[in-house]
Amino acid sequence: MPERLSRPAVALIFAALGLALVPFADLGWAGHDPWAALMRMARGFLAPDFGAIEEIGTALVSTVAFALCGVAVGALAGLALAPFWASALVRGLSVALRSVHELFWALLLMQVLGISPAAGVLAIALPYAGIFAKVFAEQIEEADPRPAQVLPPGTDLLSRFLWARLPLIWPAMRSYVLYRVECGLRSSAVLGFIGLPTLGFQLDTFFRQGDYGAASAIMILYVLLIATIPLWLRLRAAVLWLAGAAAWLAMLDHPPMGSGALWRFLTVDIVPAPLRRGEGPDGLLPWLGDILWTQGLPGAWATIVVGQIALVLTGAIAFAGFGLVVGRVAGRARLLGHLGLVVLRSFPEYMLAYLFLQVFGPSMLPAILALALHNGAIIGHLLGREAEAIPLRRDAPQGVTLWAWELAPRLFGRFVALCLYRWEIILRETAVMGLLGIATLGFFIDSAVAELRLDRALVLLVVTGAITAGADAASRAVRSRMGAVREVSTLDRALKPLETG
Amino acid sequence: MTLAAFQGETLGYGGAAVLRGVTLTLDRGERLVLLGRSGAGKTTLLNALYDRLTGAGLRVALAPQDHALVPQLSVTKNALMGRLDDHGALRNLWTLLHPPARDRAEVRALLDPLGLSAQADRPVEALSGGQRQRTALARALYRGGEVLIADEPVSAVDETQAVALLEMMRAHFPASVLALHDVELARSFATRLVGIRAGRIVLDAPPGAVSPAAIEALYA
Repeated sequence: MPERLSRPAVALIFAALGLALVPFADLGWAGHDPWAALMRMARGFLAPDFGAIEEIGTALVSTVAFALCGVAVGALAGLALAPFWASALVRGLSVALRSVHELFWALLLMQVLGISPAAGVLAIALPYAGIFAKVFAEQIEEADPRPAQVLPPGTDLLSRFLWARLPLIWPAMRSYVLYRVECGLRSSAVLGFIGLPTLGFQLDTFFRQGDYGAASAIMILYVLLIATIPLWLRLRAAVLWLAGAAAWLAMLDHPPMGSGALWRFLTVDIVPAPLRRGEGPDGLLPWLGDILWTQGLPGAWATIVVGQIALVLTGAIAFAGFGLVVGRVAGRARLLGHLGLVVLRSFPEYMLAYLFLQVFGPSMLPAILALALHNGAIIGHLLGREAEAIPLRRDAPQGVTLWAWELAPRLFGRFVALCLYRWEIILRETAVMGLLGIATLGFFIDSAVAELRLDRALVLLVVTGAITAGADAASRAVRSRMGAVREVSTLDRALKPLETG
Repeated sequence: MTLAAFQGETLGYGGAAVLRGVTLTLDRGERLVLLGRSGAGKTTLLNALYDRLTGAGLRVALAPQDHALVPQLSVTKNALMGRLDDHGALRNLWTLLHPPARDRAEVRALLDPLGLSAQADRPVEALSGGQRQRTALARALYRGGEVLIADEPVSAVDETQAVALLEMMRAHFPASVLALHDVELARSFATRLVGIRAGRIVLDAPPGAVSPAAIEALYA
């Protein structure tokens, strides 16, 4: 890689790569009449039906309960790990935890715990613990070290942390936890698609019944729920919220799990097949080669094809769309733009892909559209907010001219950096889309779990982790070569929870 | 009784020498004031003294130039931080959540003369520069000990207040080392003036034995 990369060059390289992959992507909607499906859905969505309010309410409360418990456990575990960030063991653990998607965690955990509240809570808590540990550690590192340095020499470590460290990072931590609750609500909703009693489950049920009115109702309430987080979630009342959530989860019915499931999982299920069959280490290499060749490689290729095309489309949507939320560009249409971006941001990629799948049928198209719309909306939202904060001269132009002459040039570097930052996230989500039947890595992982070949699933999870880790490393390398762009850190103020108004 | 002594030593940070040939002693009952241009090495000398004194097991109170307060905590809690090493982690945790009335009263007795009683429960980030400086001083006074090390502790307050604050410091500590830029205040407070110039100590004498010209030469 050259030592310096200009921002337009970076954008061009990624765009060219994405376009070059289009011929390899399966984008058809063979055998489906998208318009008919779209019309049916649109009719239902324009007439939301709150009749099934009991099912809807139950699903929403469960969604909130799983999210709150999962985020709380994850945050506490992350906080416990963060002070030991200097240890390679803790860093490695954190990487391993967060490189596996919530849905994959859930698939594995359900082998051990069944479709139980514990499986759902842990599926959120484990990857979030890895993320929290990293972010809290960064926050501690970036905090002013001087108050801790002037403490009396004999002060114990705990007091040192609680008095001179925690207060400094508390505001940033609090806003990050709130942002993570929003993410947790998305994760929790999506867990329903693989059987937990959250929103995804109910949505799937309504769709199977063709009850688009009820599906519309539940999605409207879900967007409202996420958009009003700052109003209903007060950290002061966190204990009450958590107690309520835990009580709710404890009351959920779930099928009993035979005893010894964990033992079997650890000693039988995840042991590579050749070892289990007693073929010894000689059988290991052919076994591994076979998995990688027949599943790992095709899955990885499909993941990269979908992910790279989605990344380019994400960029296009964000760059063209951020003006929609800037008052001086969009005028009154700003509110509409804001609403559109908030709605798209509220729905997780997976859920959007599920919706598009109903319209276009199974191909890579629903996944690409879902990834691009959700991530494009997030980046567009952030860019729009930054654009509003740019001080403009009083005689600056308006509308598209302002966007093209004043805003786009100033925010271009930031835009590229944000896209690079989301690259890893997009690939991670792309892999998971396989659970919907698209041939990305998740498809092969899901099949392996369904066939109880957990050893195979584990190998494929490592492949998935390697792809996202590779994207992360490449993204950092490119960003450092772009020079003077403000780094997009996970601590960014822009990643605050949704603001109302 | 000598509390700390340097014998022709080189002081600095991470291999970069700031002061050379430092010979200096600090005895109980002495009040040293360091004088010199900014960047001359006053802070380096204060840090070296702090390390030497704490290394010898003495209780030292520190008021650094940048205050190093925790902006989110109240004035009272920032002051309470001066004695965290006197208690165990649990007691400190309890104090953080709910400072015992006795500790609060003790801090309050210091905040009154510092003119901070009205701000006792306000977070430090809501204070003015002068109020922050006095909060850092409150922390040092609450800590107490054999020696006070203070770097420009009255730079952000008016002269009348500065005199009163220096009087408090004199009353609380048997020995002290301060960096000050106001020569008049320095003369009235110090038992010995220490002048630093071009990386060396060029002056070390009681105020009465130091001519105005000698001090002017430090800043030339």
